[in-house]
Amino acid sequence: MNWDWSAVGDFLPRFWDGVLTTLEAVALGSVISFAVGLVWAFAYRAPTRLVRWPVGVVTEFIRNTPLLVQLFFFYYVLPEWGIEFSALTTGILAIGVHYSTYTMQVYRAGIEAVPPGQWEAATALSLPTRRTWTAVILPQAIRRVVPALGNYVISMLKDTPMFIGIGVLEMLGQARLQGADTFRYVEPLTVVGVAFIVIAYPASLLVRALERRLVR
Amino acid sequence: MSADTSPKNLDANPPVDGSELIRFDKVTKRFGSNVVLDELDFSVASGKHVTLIGPSGSGKTTILRLLMTLTSPDSGSIKVNGDYLTHEQRNGKLVPAGDKHIREVRKNIGMVFQQFNLFPNMKVLRNITEAPVTVLGLSKDEAEERARELLDMVGLGDRCDAYPTQLSGGQQQRVAIARALAMRPQVLLLDEVTSALDPELVAGVLDVLRDIARTTDITMLCVTHEMNFARDISDRVLMFDAGRVIESGSPDKMFTEPEHERTREFLSAVL
Repeated sequence: MNWDWSAVGDFLPRFWDGVLTTLEAVALGSVISFAVGLVWAFAYRAPTRLVRWPVGVVTEFIRNTPLLVQLFFFYYVLPEWGIEFSALTTGILAIGVHYSTYTMQVYRAGIEAVPPGQWEAATALSLPTRRTWTAVILPQAIRRVVPALGNYVISMLKDTPMFIGIGVLEMLGQARLQGADTFRYVEPLTVVGVAFIVIAYPASLLVRALERRLVR
Repeated sequence: MSADTSPKNLDANPPVDGSELIRFDKVTKRFGSNVVLDELDFSVASGKHVTLIGPSGSGKTTILRLLMTLTSPDSGSIKVNGDYLTHEQRNGKLVPAGDKHIREVRKNIGMVFQQFNLFPNMKVLRNITEAPVTVLGLSKDEAEERARELLDMVGLGDRCDAYPTQLSGGQQQRVAIARALAMRPQVLLLDEVTSALDPELVAGVLDVLRDIARTTDITMLCVTHEMNFARDISDRVLMFDAGRVIESGSPDKMFTEPEHERTREFLSAVL
């Protein structure tokens, strides 16, 4: 097994396509997980058990089943119900929804970590409930949860290779395709491995820096 | 106000002159099996400064929290300005109050907390303007002008742009006082406002409160362990024990010749 730099060069065009796909999946998946997670978190605080109970069951179910199973489910079963997306869109939706059940817990902890005195002060000033949420509680809660959310984004990045199961050509998919074409796997797979480190490590440093800045 | 404290009449209701602002009627509050307030009756006349003293756990803070609707009574009723706080009249019947009603009556009441409870995500100025703008509908400019006046009054005119965490505890508490006053309350509730402060910061906060007591007609209801302060500002002092008012009177009388054995014990322990 010898290393061939020219094989690296040959892989680069496909590699860049893969990088873009991976980053797109992480970016959009994050947006979906942040938004849907917030919806879960609020629904889980509903005054009635008729809402809380189903939300609890659904999110526990999603969180405790493997992402790959959900990818397959979205990809193979939804079309039977007439809901059809491209493989990439399917993957983004699946990973976004999967991670929303984690961000939900992050939001929940963040909201609960806002001291009761903040609610009391808002009551004492007669702030309306909605305003209390948007001006007092959420800004403080989100400050606390940004680092945890960042960690899930990194975790999501490392889960994107699962998209290979539904045929999305993200970084790993492109590497495998290249290997199948050229019978050289070492270079493409190594490049992809290095790429994950090059993206994930600075991102984790960024999250740690945010943590120092925001969580006081 | 004349102190009406004949030994037989230990209910703290001196005859009032129609300007009665707060009235508690047989208010009971329990936490589990612990009776914190036991059919409590008392009233406060408009513009008066009333201090609640007594051992911890005697229900003083609960009274303030009931008035601020941070907790609700198990039985009995509370009136503010002649309006029921916890109930409302509907079709001639008295029913538990809805949110809107509570909000309306509560607008007359401001509170300063032991732990300040400033909003750490807002600068000092916005802490003060937030509620006047969103609740009272003041314009941003009006609210800021008023906030600056209040900050000047509490000696922090130069800290508008600081975040609460950049201030000392005493400064934070003075901002909290300004924030409560910005809502122009008729009643100001002070819940052990100096208990969380380092000793050297207490005087500054108390001076501000003395000023307010002297120069405004805001009714003050104060829970404190600062007996000298209580003596300075109070028109009336109520001694609490086990969920009841056991004695009340002018500060002079309460601090020099209390009648009740428990009051004497308490005062000798804290003075």
